[in-house]
Parts: sequence; C-alpha cells; structure tokens
Amino acid sequence: MVKVGIAAYGMTPFTKDDDKIETILHKSTNDLFQKNPKIDKKEIDAVLISTNNNSKYLSPILSEMSGIQPKIAHSIESLCNSGTNSIVSAFSYIASGLADMVLVSGAERYDSPGQILEWDNSRGEFKHPIFWASIFSKSYKQKYDISDEELAVVSVKNHKQASKNPNALSKKTYTVEDVMNSKKLTDDLKLLDCSRPCTGSASILLASEEVMKKYTDSPIWITGIGQKTTSAGFTKNTSLSSMESTKIAGQTALNMANHNISKIDVAEVHDAFSVCEPMILESLGFTDPGNGMDMIKNLHQTNNFKINPRGGLIGCGHPLGATGISQTIEIIEQLQNNAKSRQTDNPKTGLIHNMSAAATSSTVLVLEK
Amino acid sequence: MNFEKELEQGRFYIPECSACKKLVWPPSEFCDICNEETSLKKEDFEGKIIEFSRQNEEYFCVVEFCDSIRIMAKMMTKPKKDQIVKISNCGISEGSYYFHII
Repeated sequence: MVKVGIAAYGMTPFTKDDDKIETILHKSTNDLFQKNPKIDKKEIDAVLISTNNNSKYLSPILSEMSGIQPKIAHSIESLCNSGTNSIVSAFSYIASGLADMVLVSGAERYDSPGQILEWDNSRGEFKHPIFWASIFSKSYKQKYDISDEELAVVSVKNHKQASKNPNALSKKTYTVEDVMNSKKLTDDLKLLDCSRPCTGSASILLASEEVMKKYTDSPIWITGIGQKTTSAGFTKNTSLSSMESTKIAGQTALNMANHNISKIDVAEVHDAFSVCEPMILESLGFTDPGNGMDMIKNLHQTNNFKINPRGGLIGCGHPLGATGISQTIEIIEQLQNNAKSRQTDNPKTGLIHNMSAAATSSTVLVLEK
Repeated sequence: MNFEKELEQGRFYIPECSACKKLVWPPSEFCDICNEETSLKKEDFEGKIIEFSRQNEEYFCVVEFCDSIRIMAKMMTKPKKDQIVKISNCGISEGSYYFHII
C-alpha cells in the first residue's frame, strides 16, 4: 500500500461570523496555499469537502475559486466526524493509486443543520444533543461515583488550553465554580460543559510518499485508521457510560499502526460535552474504566497538555465539518514541534478521535513523524 | 405495516418481522435481519426506565420495551431506575415523535 502523509495545512479562526460557506472554505484553502507557495495546484487529483451545510456542488465551487481542476470532486457528510471521514477517503484514494495528492477542506457555519439529527425519532421530542449528553453524564456519574464538580475540570482544563490557541472560539479561562454556576441546561449539564457551534474552516493536503518529498522536509504520516459505526440512533447504544464505537475504532487504528495506546504522546479527542472526555479516554484504553477523571485532573494539575492541547471542542468551538480536520492539524503541529505555547514534550506519535451522534460512529487516526 | 399512521392516532405498536418474529426498531417496513416484511405487534406494552434526567419540571427518560427497544420519553413525576411504566400519550408533532409515560 502506498504510504500517505500530510504535506500542508491551513485554518481560519473559529468565530460566530455570518460568512457564506463558500467563503470560509476558500479562506482556509487560501491559507494553506499562502503558507506553501511551492505547491503545484495541477498536481491535486482530488478535492473533498467536509460539511453538513446544505449548499450544493461545493467541491467544484472551491476548486474553481482556488484554481484547481481535479479529477475527483465531491462532498462528504457524516455529522460531527465528517472531517476525519474525509481524511480517510483521501487516504484511500492515494493508497489505492487513484490519486497522488488530495485537498481536504472542511467548513461549517454557526447555524449548521448538522447539529440535530432529525431522523432519530427514537429520541422523541428530545433530539437536541444536550439530552443524550445529560443521559451519558447521569449514567457515568452514578456508575463511577463522579461529582458534577469533578466533571467540571474537563471544561476548566480545555478552556485553559484553548486560551493558548489563537484560532479558538473561547478566549476565557474558567474555574470549577464558574462552570458550576453557568446556566443549568438540565439537572446533569451546565452551559460550560458544552461545546458551542461556530463558524470555521480547516484544510489539509494529503500526498503519496513520492509527492511528499517535493513539498516538505518534515512529513507527518498517517499510520493508523480505525472506524466503526454501531448505529445511527442514540438509544441503540448498549452502554450509556462507555463508547463501543470508540473502543473498536481505537483498537483498529492502533493495530494498523502496530502500536498500543501507551505509545501515544498526544491526542485530540471529541469532547463535545465534559462527560465525553473521560468516557473517550477510557474507551480508547488510556486509562481503566472509571479512572478517566483521575487522569484528566492529573493532567490539569501538572499543566500537561497531552489531551486536547488545542482546547478540545469545548474550548475551540465545534464547526462540525471542520472539527476533525482542525484536530488533525493540531496533532501535525504538535509532532512538528510547531504548537508554540501549547507544545507538548517532543511527541512522536499522536492520535485523533472524532465521533458523531452520541458516539454511534467513531473515527480514530494515528499520526507519526 | 404503518407505524406512523397508528402513532398519529396515539397508539404505540411495535413492528415485528412476519417471518422471523424479531421486533424491528426503529420502525421499518422490513426486518433488518431477514429482510422480510414487518407487521405491527398490537399490545399494551410495558417499559422499564433505564436512565433519566430532568429539564425544568420535566423528566426525560430512556425507556426499554421487550428487552430490546429503547425510546426517550417524557415523565412528569420523578422516575426511578428500573421502574415499570406505560405510554400514556404519544403521537407526531411537526415531524417528530413524542412519547409520554406514567
């Protein structure tokens, strides 16, 4: 199989701006080309768009606006893990030999229609994500005797880390008391436990090993990919305190990379809500079931940015189609030692975890220098 | 099988495969195991509360029927885990199902 790496990337800040989807896609793509002027656009074989936006024909539109005439051009939608799913598709095009270089651009507006899965009528009138998050929180807290104050540390840690990230939506830091005193959405969820929808875009350029040599001296390789979809509906989750799709996707990605979880130096995980972070860390095997909060508290107290260095979804905001790509860019910057005040201690192997709709679907990537 | 037609009339019936008798959820014309057509199992189902939380004065619960089918439903009194409940009101409003339990 052809070795696939990441040759370049570009980003926009995450904001509440009322920009057109076409405009924000173009901004992050333009940022990528401005930072990498040697890239020959004629060599780009495919342009893949990750978004939940209802606008049509976005890949040909972005291609025209960017001066690209690709062989392959289409969009990919899978709610919140559209971004990493697009990266997996790009990887597959290159690994199969159908393409040598693929641009993946993800974007979302603050008013994305992807925030609520209208199809999932098993949720009755409780379709908004705060309801599944509340059920997960209640179940997790009861099973492992975790308090609301303990869970609030996730938000405190991730807002602190986001404050070092110039592209993050949140610029503020918060205390546990601030989280506890933020607006009560349900008995088990406060406003500051939640990631927020926003406007933003992120783009990366994947390339085969042969093409990579032309463009970068510090390539980052995708060495592991795992994906699992257990259902579409929230109520089909067999466990309400762990994530089955994440367990399977994580193990598949680590097996492909020929690593175990102890080799992962830095990770971006899908903290859509506070409770998601300990559940994900446990489901990926970073720690035993029920011990996720101990790990998070320790990382926070020691100012260790190993998990969600860019600030996670809670700190950065969550522009659905851009999130997985933005997570991937953070791990690239970490592995290239370019993450400035967020930099972890010389990481060699990183992991991205991106999921959809109450963890009914998960994608995990392993990246290496 | 017309689950939604019955639901609109306030009746909660569960689709069942005509061939293998598996209960099919979410409601579908076809069995997800053997692909045969489904028909509605017309019973007065009892469910069990698996988990719940509260928004304002309303409780929202994950309720399991027949050891396999789970929905989210509203309850106005404080639920208990494992409590046995019945659907008191259900229907479709603006395209979304709703289920109330007692």
